[in-house]
Amino acid sequence: MNILAPFQKKSKDVSSQVFKASRRDFIKIGGMLTGGLVLGINFFSCNEKGKKISTLAPNVYLRITSDGEVVIIAHRSEMGQGIRTSLPLIVADELGANWSKVRIIQAEGDEKTYGSQNTDGSFSVRMFYKPMREAGAIAKLLLIQAAAQKWDVPITECDTENSQVIHKTSNKSIGFGELVETAKNSPIPALKDIKLKDRTQFNMIGHQTPIIDLHDIVSGKAIFGIDAVVENMKIAVIKRCPTLGGKVKSFDDKKTLSIPGVIKVIPIKGGDIPPTIEKPLSGVAVIAENTWAAIKGRDALEVEWDLGPNAQYDSTKQLEELTQEVQKSGTLRRNRGDFNKAKAGAKQLIEHTYIAPYLAHATVEPPNALAVIKNGSCEIWAPTQHPQGARDAVASALGINAEKVKVNVTLLGGGFGRKSKPDFIVEAAILAKESGLPIKVQWTREDDLHHDFFHALSVQRIVATIDQDNKLSGWNHHIAYPSISATFDAAVLQAADGELGQGATDFPYNVPSIKVETHDAKAHLRIGWLRSVRNIPQVFAIGTMLDEIAEARKMDPIAQALELLGDDRSITFNEEMVNGTYTNYGENISDYPWETARMKNVIQRVAKEAGWGKKLSSGSALGFAAHRSFLTYVACIVEVSVDSNKKISIHNVHYAVDCGTAVNIDRVKSQFEGGAQFSASLALKSEITVKNGRVVQNNYDGYQIIRMPESPKQIHVHIIDSEAKPTGVGEPPVPPFTPALCNAIYAATGKRIYKLPIDLTS
Amino acid sequence: MIATKLNINKKTHTVEVDPSTPLLWVLREHLDLVGTKYGCGVASCGACTVLLDETAVRSCSLPISAIGDKAITTIEGLSENGDHPLQQAWEEHDVPQCGYCQAGQIMNAAALLKSKPNPTDEDIDTAMTGNLCRCGTYLRIKAAIKTAASY
Repeated sequence: MNILAPFQKKSKDVSSQVFKASRRDFIKIGGMLTGGLVLGINFFSCNEKGKKISTLAPNVYLRITSDGEVVIIAHRSEMGQGIRTSLPLIVADELGANWSKVRIIQAEGDEKTYGSQNTDGSFSVRMFYKPMREAGAIAKLLLIQAAAQKWDVPITECDTENSQVIHKTSNKSIGFGELVETAKNSPIPALKDIKLKDRTQFNMIGHQTPIIDLHDIVSGKAIFGIDAVVENMKIAVIKRCPTLGGKVKSFDDKKTLSIPGVIKVIPIKGGDIPPTIEKPLSGVAVIAENTWAAIKGRDALEVEWDLGPNAQYDSTKQLEELTQEVQKSGTLRRNRGDFNKAKAGAKQLIEHTYIAPYLAHATVEPPNALAVIKNGSCEIWAPTQHPQGARDAVASALGINAEKVKVNVTLLGGGFGRKSKPDFIVEAAILAKESGLPIKVQWTREDDLHHDFFHALSVQRIVATIDQDNKLSGWNHHIAYPSISATFDAAVLQAADGELGQGATDFPYNVPSIKVETHDAKAHLRIGWLRSVRNIPQVFAIGTMLDEIAEARKMDPIAQALELLGDDRSITFNEEMVNGTYTNYGENISDYPWETARMKNVIQRVAKEAGWGKKLSSGSALGFAAHRSFLTYVACIVEVSVDSNKKISIHNVHYAVDCGTAVNIDRVKSQFEGGAQFSASLALKSEITVKNGRVVQNNYDGYQIIRMPESPKQIHVHIIDSEAKPTGVGEPPVPPFTPALCNAIYAATGKRIYKLPIDLTS
Repeated sequence: MIATKLNINKKTHTVEVDPSTPLLWVLREHLDLVGTKYGCGVASCGACTVLLDETAVRSCSLPISAIGDKAITTIEGLSENGDHPLQQAWEEHDVPQCGYCQAGQIMNAAALLKSKPNPTDEDIDTAMTGNLCRCGTYLRIKAAIKTAASY
């Protein structure tokens, strides 16, 4: 079968080993979609002239051919964070490869071979920094051994650069390719025998490297999931039940089938509660020759639904109910000291309720997946964050062994957590099986907004006490939102430890009494995780409340933050958790402790860089917030002005970030630039509401994300120079921006923000 | 089915498809020009932006029956080798993150520079309002447009 192999070539280099097997004439008659871009890959055994080549393959991430080509496997999904560049450059740096000639190949989903490919939780660099360095260093040692043997010199006198081994004293050099034959017959060195570079020797790590897909993207050649094509592929567009747990009762496809290009109509079983992330929703699929016919066919479809248990669900009402609920006592999750005593002895008590809406991911590339089933095997092309998860889910849905499923990962047109769920890929697999045709499932924007795995709405109440000595003596945080866990287990009604550990139970400040309580909140939609997850609402509430407390104490908010962080120390939280643990983003707290010194450092740095305390023109003001998430320490200062029409302008954003070793400086900066914009969207614009169980917003006109004119005008990213282990940068920019913005708005206008998205006109 | 002639990237193509089909799907599925992306289908996000003569249009909402003999330019036809000043400036600023919206951004910017070769910040804001970037690359887009204007 001729199959499009997505982007198995490096930018600007239609590589010697990638060839266009055939490129059919794509002008079709009668709207037929019968061919497409076809790439084949002749993997490692021959060069483009058909000459046999040999390959040094010291580990799964790296191949060096006797032609001198260095091939690095990118095994994690690219969705804009730059990981297809950042992990390979680590290998290349340790190896001493000529980066301009390195070829990057995207791995299929195979965690047995590559290790975790679940591109989520800001952990790609954190988890693979060391393995990638070792991969490069092992190959380097093998090549150096081969050269040293050839030259009869000690290996200690040899080094690598520019894809060559060099002998400095004699000025001899030899290309990697010439050493492959010898090196491949040597035993793989043990990790204890390799020597990693000193950071002063890095040529790429800690520097700036443009993304490898840059030229392909700007010239329109980059291949996303939506662009994947196979021969005879048909398009499926699905009408899904508008309510969670609802099902198809009956349908009439007469009008649909009369539309030219429509091939068949297939109902899809689903609609279970809990929904899980693997199962499709109940619906009816229209299979057509092309997308437009499929969309028109779906519009003509008449479906009667059994709307199920959520038919009356109203998100506004749930927010009202949760607002009542958080006034009560909840389930105690973290406890320090005696909050009631602090309350009794308080000079002042500050109490507020914070409300935040459902959010959708709204990746500009909507979910889509291509499935081909042939001879009992299934091959997938999809923009997936989690190819192994997709592989397992497809295998389970088709009732075949996972070994019979191959998942090819395309570029992702945005991910943000949405594309870690394999539901849309399972839809394609099921339809390919039922129809006997290669099927591309294409979600429309409306589908995406109506049937997302939503970031849950939330209500929180915080009570803070200030004692007779003007100290913050007590902190009581009440939390109510439907848990992500409810997507897997409908009996779950309260936040999970992992969700609370995103700002709430890891509240790091030196307050004598702390109480965190959770409350029941039922899930009525599919609840998922969105970039930085529960940090978003929790840090909105915490960060704005701290600002209000500082004002009550007549303290500068930054001085207060430094005071409350206290002496340099590592915090573990676990001894104060009630029947639970602090999950620390999946890492052992002793490996990645919560260090107050690092947080104080980013706070002091951002204050200096932003000119905290400086005089601003009338109507302009600064706001501050700081937060550690995904093990990265971030402090943020936002400068805003608000005009007489209540129009908010964001003039400057300053971030100081300690993410340990920063691998690709420019991509760290770009993640923070984008993170500020992402947070600005949810702070100012985005809101999903539900009436009669159905999502109200249909498209980007209803579900708004920030556009250029209202977006932050300048974003300055100050990276702490560090030798510490690298930590994530995809998600950590998002949480502190919103409270910093709210605090700046307060400083400019005197209006406190308790509800998102911000509305100054109400 | 009616045959429709389209002038795309300086070549004439004849397609036999439903004339109500939006240009976007004809480009992508009938002519293999997949650099133009689907994002919303209602002219709200700009991912599908192409030039119609010298004006930026949303191809998702433009039926091919409405085009006539106007010249269509897609990202594939903006330059021979991906070296239009905007494309060069995009590379200089390492603008893209996921990259999905960028072809639409570049095409929209190309129309802006045709009408205003030296746009102000305000001109850029106004012209680019209709092009969403969920990754949030707006500042680099703006910088790249200014760089391209200065070449």
